[in-house]
Amino acid sequence: MSGVTLGVDAGSTTWKGVVLDGAGEILDSVVVASEPLVEQQTRVELAKLREATCAPRETPVGATGYGRKRVGADRAITEITCHARGAFHLTAKAGVLVDMGGQDSKVIRIGADGTVADFSMNDKCAAGTGRFLEVLLGRLKVGWDQVPGLVDSAESSVSVSSTCTVFAESEVISLMAEGEPVPGILKGLHLSLASRVAALAGILPDDIEVFMSGGVALGSAMVNALAKELGRPVTVLAEPQLVGALGAALSVR
Amino acid sequence: MIPRRVQYELIKHVGGPLLMELQGLSKRLRPRRGPRPDSPFGPPLESIGKLKDLMTRHYLEGRYADGAVPVAWVTSGFPVELLRTLGFHSVYPENHAALCGVQRLTPEYSAAAERLGYSRSLCSYARTDIGAVLLDKTPAGRLPRPDLLACCTNICQTVLYWYRCLADHLKVPLVLIDTPFVYGDSAAHHQQYVADQLEELLSTAERISGRRVEPEKLLEVARLSYEGTLLWGECLAESTHRPAPWTGFDGFFHIAPIVTLRGSTECNAYYRHLLDELRYRVKRGIGGIKEERYRLLWDNLPIWFNVREMSTLLAESRFNIVVTTYTNAWAEAGKRMDPTDPINSAARSYTHVILNEDLDRRLDLMSRLARDYQVDGALLHSDRSCKPYSIGQVDLRDKLAERAGIKSLLLEADHNDPRAYSTEQGNTRIQAFMESFV
Ligand code: SF4
Repeated sequence: MSGVTLGVDAGSTTWKGVVLDGAGEILDSVVVASEPLVEQQTRVELAKLREATCAPRETPVGATGYGRKRVGADRAITEITCHARGAFHLTAKAGVLVDMGGQDSKVIRIGADGTVADFSMNDKCAAGTGRFLEVLLGRLKVGWDQVPGLVDSAESSVSVSSTCTVFAESEVISLMAEGEPVPGILKGLHLSLASRVAALAGILPDDIEVFMSGGVALGSAMVNALAKELGRPVTVLAEPQLVGALGAALSVR
Repeated sequence: MIPRRVQYELIKHVGGPLLMELQGLSKRLRPRRGPRPDSPFGPPLESIGKLKDLMTRHYLEGRYADGAVPVAWVTSGFPVELLRTLGFHSVYPENHAALCGVQRLTPEYSAAAERLGYSRSLCSYARTDIGAVLLDKTPAGRLPRPDLLACCTNICQTVLYWYRCLADHLKVPLVLIDTPFVYGDSAAHHQQYVADQLEELLSTAERISGRRVEPEKLLEVARLSYEGTLLWGECLAESTHRPAPWTGFDGFFHIAPIVTLRGSTECNAYYRHLLDELRYRVKRGIGGIKEERYRLLWDNLPIWFNVREMSTLLAESRFNIVVTTYTNAWAEAGKRMDPTDPINSAARSYTHVILNEDLDRRLDLMSRLARDYQVDGALLHSDRSCKPYSIGQVDLRDKLAERAGIKSLLLEADHNDPRAYSTEQGNTRIQAFMESFV
């Protein structure tokens, strides 16, 4: 099993792990809800991954995510670098990567050699993140799996002007009280969130491709909203939740 | 009862020096603890002890200054030379606020100001300082009550309102020097406009101090100020060497004398000492950090409450901040000074400070510093508090990349208020930025 590496992305909402072989193929992977004791969770999950793939104990581990420094990895690298590496591994292209995670959203410009040319992140609050959607979906009593269908069924979108999670929540409450249909509010929320992330991206050159990673990319509603805001197609990377962990595994090759 | 003046002179000439001697002695007797073996920094600067002594003496004298000598509270960009000529003891609320910032006192002090309705959007120096006055608290022991508030708008308009609030609260006269914002070079009428105000300032200050300006004294202070500015510039320029003999973070602290004691012999003696030490380190290849791999430029004020953590984070990855636009501002002034013509020299040099010049000038300056100090990248602190410094940084970042091929990180923070900064997020950004070099 030469060249096998492990990648961990200890995020705020989910814990992700991949086993990567020497040829750059993912042998196995796991996505589970994050537990408060990240060290312990990592130990248990890595043991399972090793067992499933017969990877030896000394297989190098790269880690990213907010818990990266606490999991005893051989290398701890930021999510920004890891997402860029993971994305470049999958696409072999320069481009712009939008990663929408639970706690933050980032827009990363990847150079032709796969390195990070520039990046920006949402600052200091949950607005513009998966968490923002989660809070508001809770308020609308809608599950993640219902979102695409509902957004597609919306006849029009209701504008939600507040980008602050707390204000947006009360705005949504009053919209519901006024009898606005849920699909329209939901669509409005997606557009508001997408416009915030698009603002992070700034003005993009015409010929640049946009990719998306992170848990939020699993739902088509956000991807479509973002494509609309950016005025160009958005390509969702294969297994978008695993891109960070993949980058971490690549970092210890 | 010993008169205030006698007390003040005793402290200045006997008590202060004696205290420093005693402190020095106890330091020498205490076993010296060297830096941790795994520290990423080079050996600490010996001069730091002298710097502490100098600033402690300044604040100690301040405790006894009111009632003994005229006291002025002044903004950092105020032409203090004119007041120094008349024997004013000057207090710098900004420097004092930075002292509070380092000790993380801003949340407490600022809360007192916020309770009175001062907005959190206001500069955290202003909130810290107003709060300190309201609470009558200071980490410096005691601040002397001012006889005069002296404010110059060359750094921002915030100081104008801040000092008006102080004037109202302390019932003290306020003099204002208004400097027109300059695009390119200032016109003769701009300089005349400022020079006229400086003449007026002199007569007001004469009235308040009950003293007359002696022209020779004014020339002497102007000369000392010029010399001090050049010395400070030379200290900074030592970092054009590889490795830089100190870090930009060291510079943030060693700037204190040129800000608060500009135009005094003590200030210049200190910088001569520091310059010798820096030259010695350059000659022996002693760096501010142990292993200097990448060199960075820093723009804007420091994040006072986070200096230690951030400097360690950078040094551990072998990054050194070798130049900052902030510390450089006090060296830059020397280029426009003419000590033989104090008033016009002050009018010119105090009008052309970094925050009173247009963005093209800032870009030129940053490109020049990037080249002279051979930097690999830049950290642009987007300071929530200091709007005049932060505005335009997005364009500056793009232009720096375009013009000088310099990659920059825009780091959102606040120079004094830890409530407006998320260390975890900030560290991740800095780390990601550093990873992009390797
Ligand atoms: S706004 Fe900026 S220039 Fe003005 S006092 Fe605050 S930190 Fe200084």
